[in-house]
Amino acid sequence: MELPGDALLNYVFPNNVHVAWSVMIVIYPYITGLIAGAFVVSGLSHVFKVKEFEPIANFALIAAFCFGLFAATPLLVHLGQPQRALEIYFTPHLTSAMSIFGYVYSGYLLLLMIEIWLIYREYFVRKAGEDTGVMKLIWTVLTLGVTTYHPDSAKLDRKLAVILAGIGIPWAFILHGYVGFVFGSVKAIAWWATPLQPVIFLLSAIVSGMAIVLVMYSFIKWRRGERLDQPMVKKFSAFLWGIFILDVTMELLEVAFAAYEKGWHWSQIKPLLLGPLFETYVIGQLLVLSVVPFVILGYVVLSGVKGRLMLILANVAASFLLLQVLFMRFNVVVGGQLISKSERGFVEFHWEPFSKEGPLTAIVLFSAPFVAYYIISRFIPILGHDDDSSVAR
Amino acid sequence: MNKPLENRPQSSRPVIDAGGDDARREFLRNFLAGTATATVLMVFGPGVAALAQGGSDSAPAGASGKAAPKHQFAYVINVNNCIGCGNCVRACKRENQVPSAVFRTWVERYVVTGEGMYVESPNGALEGFSQVNAGIREKATKSFTVPKMCNHCENPPCVQVCPVGATFKTKEGFVLVDPEHCLGCAYCVQACPYGARFINPVTHKSDKCTWCYHRVKNGKLPACVTVCPNKARLFGDLNDPESEVTQIFKDEAWMVLKPGMHTDPTCFYVGMPREVV
Repeated sequence: MELPGDALLNYVFPNNVHVAWSVMIVIYPYITGLIAGAFVVSGLSHVFKVKEFEPIANFALIAAFCFGLFAATPLLVHLGQPQRALEIYFTPHLTSAMSIFGYVYSGYLLLLMIEIWLIYREYFVRKAGEDTGVMKLIWTVLTLGVTTYHPDSAKLDRKLAVILAGIGIPWAFILHGYVGFVFGSVKAIAWWATPLQPVIFLLSAIVSGMAIVLVMYSFIKWRRGERLDQPMVKKFSAFLWGIFILDVTMELLEVAFAAYEKGWHWSQIKPLLLGPLFETYVIGQLLVLSVVPFVILGYVVLSGVKGRLMLILANVAASFLLLQVLFMRFNVVVGGQLISKSERGFVEFHWEPFSKEGPLTAIVLFSAPFVAYYIISRFIPILGHDDDSSVAR
Repeated sequence: MNKPLENRPQSSRPVIDAGGDDARREFLRNFLAGTATATVLMVFGPGVAALAQGGSDSAPAGASGKAAPKHQFAYVINVNNCIGCGNCVRACKRENQVPSAVFRTWVERYVVTGEGMYVESPNGALEGFSQVNAGIREKATKSFTVPKMCNHCENPPCVQVCPVGATFKTKEGFVLVDPEHCLGCAYCVQACPYGARFINPVTHKSDKCTWCYHRVKNGKLPACVTVCPNKARLFGDLNDPESEVTQIFKDEAWMVLKPGMHTDPTCFYVGMPREVV
């Protein structure tokens, strides 16, 4: 393995032996990205009036909310002193890129909740009138005491929901661009320190969020034995393809720039990419997980393919993209820390599957939004139920 | 004549004024200033924060209108004098109850050959170094040992990135961690270019060299300085013209680690070969 700094022996600083930010900090930006991406889908319908996305706009919004509920949990598990987590709200140190995360994240979650409430308010009011017992109480609480609904209310609700969606799109961009900023602004880590990092994080967030919406939508429809909306999937694939091209362009630009510049960054990054990250970055993220979905989506968008084959291809590509972004998160978060600050060696990463911050915890945390979605979907119509006439779009 | 800090009269013993809580008390005012202010602070850093608050701990007296601190401590490592015995590492471990496998200070051995560089620090040089193997020794053109530790930077990235202000720089130059407020998020560990910080495996909080703050405030020297047999480690007050560290700047060419990081360390190296990172 080629070592940086003319080193003949792999030397890492004694405090660099372990990767301080491991699997939890890999899935934290991954889940946060899913929120931003899913929200963009609903925004494209609500704000930019992409009519093909109308049937999945509310679904994407609820999905974004479910991911939002659990986006901060990996951070909580990661903290050495989780009981102090709320101090980030009470005593934020404003020179820190991380300090306003609590406000940006909570504000976004609140916005999502208000938008969902406005969209489902009519449904809550109707159910509060229809149901009895505990359910009536729950629905009444969800109406927040406003138990009448007029056509004027509907008009106002829709208007407010569109305004919120309009605010939500830049906010989603800020939320995830900001996550990229947390990494990109660390000058001590060559693989992180680039102004492109926020852009890369944002674009990859949209890619992964759109991909998960498509895969979840297809799975739910398939489970119900319902037909998938082919024009929507086709249009969706075109958007996904376009944003993915932008995403990969930025990812490649970052590396190409460092390679051409041949400066300090490249002296650290080159042996990293050809050494410890060769499998997960060069082969995984680039050659397999980028090229394959790029070709498949290109075929779906540019050819006349339709029917079952088109749906399968779009979902295969979306699944590859979900993995591509997961690999990207791993390669950035863990990859950056593999370069020891000794600049003369690489840190060894250990998966530690059963540790507090290991992959098992990650699987549990990543499953939680899907469980939340399942529970919510038992109570409110999200994707084309028969009784969703009282749900605004 | 140079006088060791420990031998100075009692009356001149440093009185430390840790200013870290100030930032926390500013929270309400900062919060009300809104997100726009936060963004400006994030991007332009503590310098702007200091201007907004009408001064800074580290600002020159003329700029802020405040008196300069009574003490301005600095640390000097003379690489020419280090023999790699590991006394300093052992003293630090004992003095600060540093758990195994993490280090507030460590010593590196560099063996330079025509083919490249052998750098090592077995267990932080807690037990010193064993002999270099014969094959490498034959090729060696030079060899030296270099102590490492927190650089107590003037512009510390660890302080900048701490999300709750648990790590801070005092007026006298110490970069410290407030264990009562540290979240253990490890952002400071990432931001430090020198690998000087770690998450303490026992306390699960950020940890690092404090220049033995608890000793210095009682007029003693840091433990590592006390035990160094060859004056490779010096510590003192730059405001004291008689202190050893002040004298160094009169005669010696000094360097800092990773000057390209622009962290302005106050841990200065004398006789540091260019191979040292």
